[in-house]
Amino acid sequence: MLEIKDLHATVGGTEILKGLHLVVEPGEVHAIMGPNGSGKSTLSYVLAGREGYDVTGGRIIYNGEDLTNLEPEERAAKGIFLAFQYPVEIPGVPNSTFLNEALNAVRRYRGEEEMDKIEFIKMLRAKTKELSMSDEMLKRAVNVGFSGGEKKRNEVLQMAILEPTLAILDETDSGLDIDALKIVADGVNALRSPERSSLVITHYQRLLDYIVPDKVHILAKGRIQHTGGKELAHELEAKGYADFVGEAA
Amino acid sequence: MSILPFIEGEPIAGRQLIGQDLAWLTTRRQAGIERFQKTGLPTQKLESWKYTRLRPLDDTRYLPVDAGGTDISIDTVPSVGDVAARLVFVNGRLRADLSDISELPEGVRFDTLENVLAEDPLWVEANMGSVAKDADQAMLALNDAMMDSGFVLHVQKGKALTKPVEVVFIGGLTDQAIAYFPRNLIVLEEASQATLVKHHVGHGRAEYFANSVSEIAVGDAANFKHYKVQAESIHAAHVATVHTRIGRDANYEGFGLSIGGLLSRTETNITLAGQGANAGLHGAYMMRGNEHCDNTSYIDMAVPNTTCNQVFKGVLDDASRGVFQGKIHVARDAQKADGRMLNKTLLLSNDAEIDSKPELEIYADDVQCAHGMTTGQLDTTALFYLRSRGIPEALARNMLVQSFLGDALEEISDENVREVFLDRVVHWLPAHCFLAGEWKESA
Amino acid sequence: MPATAETADQVQSIEGEKYKYGFITEIESDMAPKGLSEDIVRFISAKKNEPEWLLDWRLKAYRRWLEMPEPKWAKVDFPPIDYQQYHYYSAPKSQEDGPQSLEDVDPELLATYEKLGIPIREQEMLAGVQNVAVDYVFDSVSVATTFKKKLEAAGVIFCPISEALERCPDLVRKYLGTVVPMADNKHSCLNSAVFTDGSFVYIPPGVKCPMELSTYFRINEQNTGQFERTLIIADKGSYVSYLEGCTAPMRDENQLHAAVVELIALDDAEIKYSTVQNWYPGDADGKGGIYNFVTKRGACRGKNSKISWTQVETGSAITWKYPSCILQGDNSVGEFYSIAITNNAQQADTGTKMIHIGKNTTSRIISKGISAGKSDQTYRGLVKISAKAEGARNYTQCDSLLIGDKCGAHTVPYIESRNKAAIVEHEATTSTISEDQLFYLRQRGIPQEAAVALVVNGFCREVLQQLPMEFAVEAQKLVGISLEGSVG
Repeated sequence: MLEIKDLHATVGGTEILKGLHLVVEPGEVHAIMGPNGSGKSTLSYVLAGREGYDVTGGRIIYNGEDLTNLEPEERAAKGIFLAFQYPVEIPGVPNSTFLNEALNAVRRYRGEEEMDKIEFIKMLRAKTKELSMSDEMLKRAVNVGFSGGEKKRNEVLQMAILEPTLAILDETDSGLDIDALKIVADGVNALRSPERSSLVITHYQRLLDYIVPDKVHILAKGRIQHTGGKELAHELEAKGYADFVGEAA
Repeated sequence: MSILPFIEGEPIAGRQLIGQDLAWLTTRRQAGIERFQKTGLPTQKLESWKYTRLRPLDDTRYLPVDAGGTDISIDTVPSVGDVAARLVFVNGRLRADLSDISELPEGVRFDTLENVLAEDPLWVEANMGSVAKDADQAMLALNDAMMDSGFVLHVQKGKALTKPVEVVFIGGLTDQAIAYFPRNLIVLEEASQATLVKHHVGHGRAEYFANSVSEIAVGDAANFKHYKVQAESIHAAHVATVHTRIGRDANYEGFGLSIGGLLSRTETNITLAGQGANAGLHGAYMMRGNEHCDNTSYIDMAVPNTTCNQVFKGVLDDASRGVFQGKIHVARDAQKADGRMLNKTLLLSNDAEIDSKPELEIYADDVQCAHGMTTGQLDTTALFYLRSRGIPEALARNMLVQSFLGDALEEISDENVREVFLDRVVHWLPAHCFLAGEWKESA
Repeated sequence: MPATAETADQVQSIEGEKYKYGFITEIESDMAPKGLSEDIVRFISAKKNEPEWLLDWRLKAYRRWLEMPEPKWAKVDFPPIDYQQYHYYSAPKSQEDGPQSLEDVDPELLATYEKLGIPIREQEMLAGVQNVAVDYVFDSVSVATTFKKKLEAAGVIFCPISEALERCPDLVRKYLGTVVPMADNKHSCLNSAVFTDGSFVYIPPGVKCPMELSTYFRINEQNTGQFERTLIIADKGSYVSYLEGCTAPMRDENQLHAAVVELIALDDAEIKYSTVQNWYPGDADGKGGIYNFVTKRGACRGKNSKISWTQVETGSAITWKYPSCILQGDNSVGEFYSIAITNNAQQADTGTKMIHIGKNTTSRIISKGISAGKSDQTYRGLVKISAKAEGARNYTQCDSLLIGDKCGAHTVPYIESRNKAAIVEHEATTSTISEDQLFYLRQRGIPQEAAVALVVNGFCREVLQQLPMEFAVEAQKLVGISLEGSVG
């Protein structure tokens, strides 16, 4: 379903991704690990279509369609969800309003009917409960005054509501204690199904104990240097990046 | 008008002025007098003078400095201590016996304007007026016409002054009311570094009017620290106009401590002219009696990627009045500007007044600018808390004032200077402050 | 292209054509000849059958006006006004004797207000919300006032000011010009000389006005100035909430609107005054549009009184407006909540004055300015604490948002404090919608335009919440429309 072919991308004129190949089949969970500055976050931004992250070569095919020239909201409507490493604060906009806007925008795009307000609130309440979030967090402005853990949980809540077919988790584990990590992982795991895939971007193996990947890729110097099964993460933890990166370079 | 002796008749030709033989300077003086005659003294109708009237100038008849009358002994000349060189002006005239510029490092010129005009007139001609060129400023025009003292600090490319240089202006030691017009020219070439400390103090009982202009050019990647104590006497009118231009990746740190003067006003104009330029312009003011202190500034963020920060805090007692007017201007396309401004005032008396106008004028969208302003009295809860711990009220008040101003003084990065300035703050306070030593250590 | 630049382009592409209130009503009008003179002042006064004292007052104002200079301190730029090019009186002919009941209103006018979305029918008001009494002012005259009977039962007087001069001349005479003196400024002085209609409200002691009161102002005729005068008196212990809306047709020339609003709150009384100002802003190049020069001021005369101004300013070519509070009574409260949006070539210089005179008076200023296109916007405010205002408090928060790199946002606060036991706090910020925010919202599927509207609405939320429910929804939509035409 997701096929990245020879992807080159630049940020501010500097080439960060230098011929990246990756194929993720429906239902699979792939982990992308790599040292700082390897291009992990760039990959997630390029997939989501952020301005300033320019594709200079290669293609991103998603469900048979080239995403390269689509706007971020169009990609979102096609089922791509990026859980941000640093979720953004939007003062004055209540979390529930934001979620409602987002869901309806995606539905409209897909030609579906907007969800009725009451139905939406019901659904929202149920999802918040599953994630051990308080209703109060729905009334507060998006991410404003949220703790690090609350922000990440809010990302998972959005994911649960928008039900993406490809979830990209960008360093979702950073800054989380073990309890918060479990809640986030449970949220992600709950969405696992034969149609949905995930791309878990992380620096540490820890998260992968809770979200068990089908494949693990090592990203360095703008390319996938090594691919293996879930055991690769442990190997990496033991040996460090140097071995793997050096071997390809 | 009280400064008539300066502008009536043939004001320039009829006086002994420095650099008299220089045609270009005479032309500059002439143009200055013409501009001044057109504008007259500033009135409160001018937005930038909205809150300040040059009241002492109404009925005092100031005379030009008499070249002979400055030979009065002085017990103490204020100093921050360990300095590279020092110039002392008394009643608008250099006192060579109190000055010392013998041990300047190579590549640094620090001397009176008069001497530099004699030795290197071409350099002065090339630099004077290159930064200060606001044709609308009456006080600049008047100084252009009348400049009679002042100094030059010139640091060559890549040179650094490790110790501060110091200038002291002492007024009030005359029989008659006098006026003097220092003109200071400060040029830091590329990647140079210097610290300047200026003291403006008043002794004696005579009235005096100081109208000074400083022009400061901070070259690319240069670093200039500029500290000023204004502790003029209760008979003084002190008007200072400062123009500063800051180059690419250069850094300017200014701090003005105003603790005396019947009427004082410092108007600072800063242009952040090169990308990466940064300006810090800070101050503290402490006034009592019927003193009036005006800090007015205009910071022009003219190019992208510049930063500026302002912290001004003041304490006003009796029937004194404080004025803070700050304006940050972000030019069209000067993106990524980051400008901050803060003004806080404590009113210690119901007859005191603060007028504050923190202004933003912004023509670029990708900016982060903010200003804040507060006024209030000493925190009564804090006061009660201290007193309930056995601290006498007078001391408790002093402690709270000190801690309030301490914030602003934190902006002084030169520790030695900060120490001296803190000391001046402590000495301004009523009664004795027994905790001064400990407080200074903790600050 | 960066997202904000793109947004700016979209915003710029919204032409004046999107102004949906821009139509002209074809109706025969009775107009004063063009120009301004003592005879015109007499003409207006005669049209209104005014008492002698008022004519004298007008004439005095006119003579003062001739000598007064134009205010020059605001950051707005426009060519000198030719005061002789305007008609200072214009009334639909059919309304010459004043409508006696709603049945008498000219069908053309009924249709006009239908089209504006505020039909003159008591059963169906303001987007389906009932219980708002409306005074309809069309050019220089009031054409209808609804719910009069119900209000009369409560003792509330709500009528055109010309009618009030007949019904309760003493009240008008007692208060007119006492908050905004005749010669306060050139614009208010002009208003004093030539004011035509506007609303008069009197709430008797202890009465909570049973419904929202509203005036809807419409300028229709070409080259017509509108100079309404509103006077609201809340007697001891009373309460009233008053709403004001304004629109005008799209015309190429600049129309002049110089209104005066005076509010008086006596002991324990409260007045809440809300404005949604949507005068025609001119086209994208700045051609046409209303000059909106308004003097609004409230006096908290009594102890514990309160005056609250809320304004949503989206229209007009030039706005010059500073709704203010004079806090005379001890413990009185003044509030100013403002959203101002400028786009294209609009210019707005707006803010407030809070004058603290009484003890323990408090004021609160929340101002949100959004500049887009080539527009320029200035917040100008004064907080003045007099020596006797022991225990006074002010809090000011003043935020500006810039959308695009061709606009300007300026903040000019004046703070003058003469009382040590007063506390004044002022904060201001200027920023833009961050790329991060837009990308985040778009990543969640919200289209760019909607994302901008969402962020701007969030930015304005604190002020929108102050509006009466009926207006809040409308205003929220207007915020969206003013910026990009679709999303609310």
